Amino acid sequence: MSTTTDRPAADGTTTPGPTAARPTDRPRRGVLPALRFAVLLLGAVLALVPFYYMIIGALQKERDTSVRGLLPLPDNLTLENFAGVNQSIDLARSLLNSLIMTAGVVGCTLVFGLLVGYALAVLSFRGQGLVFALVLLVQAIPFQLLMIPLYVMVVRYFNLADNYLGMILPFAVNSVAVLIFRQYFLQIPRDIFDAARIDGASEVRILRSVAVPLVRPAILTAMLVTFIGPWNEFLWPFLVTKDATMQPLAVSLANFSQANSTFQDNPMGAVLAGACVLAIPAVVLFLLFQRHFTSANLGSAIKG
Amino acid sequence: MTTLRDTESRSGERGAQDSAPLPGRGAGKPAPRGRRLQRLLGEHPLGLLLSTPYTAFVVIVFLIPFGFGVWMAFHDFFFTAPGVQVPHPFVGLDNFRQVLADPAVHQAFKNLLIFLVINVPLTVALALVLAVGLDSVVHWKGFFRVSYYVPYVTASVATLAVWIYMFNGNGVVNRLLGDLAPDPTWLANSGLIMPLIAVYVTWKNLGFYVLLYLAALQAVPKELHEAAEMDGAGAWRRFRSVTLPAVRPVTSLVILLSIIMTGQIFTEPYLLTGGGPNGASMTPALLMYQKGIQQGQPDIAAAIGLILVLAVMILSLVSRRLTERKG
Repeated sequence: MSTTTDRPAADGTTTPGPTAARPTDRPRRGVLPALRFAVLLLGAVLALVPFYYMIIGALQKERDTSVRGLLPLPDNLTLENFAGVNQSIDLARSLLNSLIMTAGVVGCTLVFGLLVGYALAVLSFRGQGLVFALVLLVQAIPFQLLMIPLYVMVVRYFNLADNYLGMILPFAVNSVAVLIFRQYFLQIPRDIFDAARIDGASEVRILRSVAVPLVRPAILTAMLVTFIGPWNEFLWPFLVTKDATMQPLAVSLANFSQANSTFQDNPMGAVLAGACVLAIPAVVLFLLFQRHFTSANLGSAIKG
Repeated sequence: MTTLRDTESRSGERGAQDSAPLPGRGAGKPAPRGRRLQRLLGEHPLGLLLSTPYTAFVVIVFLIPFGFGVWMAFHDFFFTAPGVQVPHPFVGLDNFRQVLADPAVHQAFKNLLIFLVINVPLTVALALVLAVGLDSVVHWKGFFRVSYYVPYVTASVATLAVWIYMFNGNGVVNRLLGDLAPDPTWLANSGLIMPLIAVYVTWKNLGFYVLLYLAALQAVPKELHEAAEMDGAGAWRRFRSVTLPAVRPVTSLVILLSIIMTGQIFTEPYLLTGGGPNGASMTPALLMYQKGIQQGQPDIAAAIGLILVLAVMILSLVSRRLTERKG
């Protein structure tokens, strides 16, 4: 306190009062928003340039790493890289594998999340505290600790190498989804469930006809949020799939980029073409539904 | 009769006590008498049915591997042909001794430290700057938010392919730099590869952290800024005295998440360099893969995993202490 009262007094001899800072501040008013906009724009450009370059690189007939090659030169554009990558890795098959793995993970996450979230938030049963503790524990155990033993179990003991079940298994229990659904159900007025009970609905019926319709927006949000993870996942499917026909696109593309495929006309272009195929579904889904990432509040749930 | 009622009411009490810490439970309605099932399983036995599959999964996919991993680290464990029964003797701390004496392990942990020293300040500073800008910008707000987030939702395998294309020997970055291009080039330079990975990871995850900061900034009451302005505080002073204290919990969280994520770095060194040159980009997770799966020493890998998790936990605790004491 003493320092703040000191300073104006000391300055007071030359410039009177605390308004001294104002005149120097005024001219900066116009500069600051422009500077702010420039910084934000620079950030956006830096975030997006690699994506632009991914597309340009994927379309180049011949590898052009010169500065001029940053521009889409019409005489150096081709779609052949997509055919090229398709020769080395079966894109359709890899995409299908990615899709099956992702659908399995999202499906398990939604079903478990909905059921357990509902049980934790609305019902009361013996062992409820234990189940909730388990949900939190799953959050706390880091994957590095599980990587090796899970690999030994899944590949050696369960014989699930090169198997969709083996790819899906470690991601099937997603405690984030459980917590999202639990939070959602907690926000729903309990009177709704009690009213259904008074009307004579069974607990199963209440779950099916009252709870599930109420949380439909949460289902969409949880679906979108969990889609990204398994679609992009590399480490685990890489560990458990050796058979190329079973590998998701992220794994087959990584293996393709590691193997120096010299028989390709433009190997780097082919890798980038594959990268586009891998990136586009997740990015498009995000761009289409980005509003759902934020509109996860209950207001829309009760109205909807 | 009285004894039966006694036990009943007591179990009912215990049930109510159990439910107390859980906000989700309804008013502790006593179970109707005579329905043994409900007395045993709680008011809604359906809850047990709904949670059982999940619980079973957690046990199989998390608890058993967790215990198995810890067990493995203290035993001589190796792969055998299927169906062959071999003893795996208890070896105490032998695996840990072997790990701690391995220079490759030292290097891997040192690399993580280099990564952290670059990644954490860069992430915090850039995310904060962009979030503060986003909070007050009027035009193009949605565009900026989406662009920052796009790298975060894209597969590492895809984005790393572009980074390799940009940063290899005759890539566009070196072309732009001209004579300033580093020699040996980025991916082959043992002094530059870990910083490059740190910058890549910062770039990839920045959007997520920007949104975290933005949410915190939007919760700061406008009156605080106005009051500070009335008192004659300039933009910088307002940032330091109003904005920074308001986002301190987020900074704490960002640092914590960065540390946790650092322990998991695998894909970046694996795809960019395979851990090279000369182990300069080796990380513990990549080393675990090489030792445990490629070289068939899962017990050693499990020991590395335990040490890694311990290190990450200690660092997280230290960072929490430090970031909370700042205030």
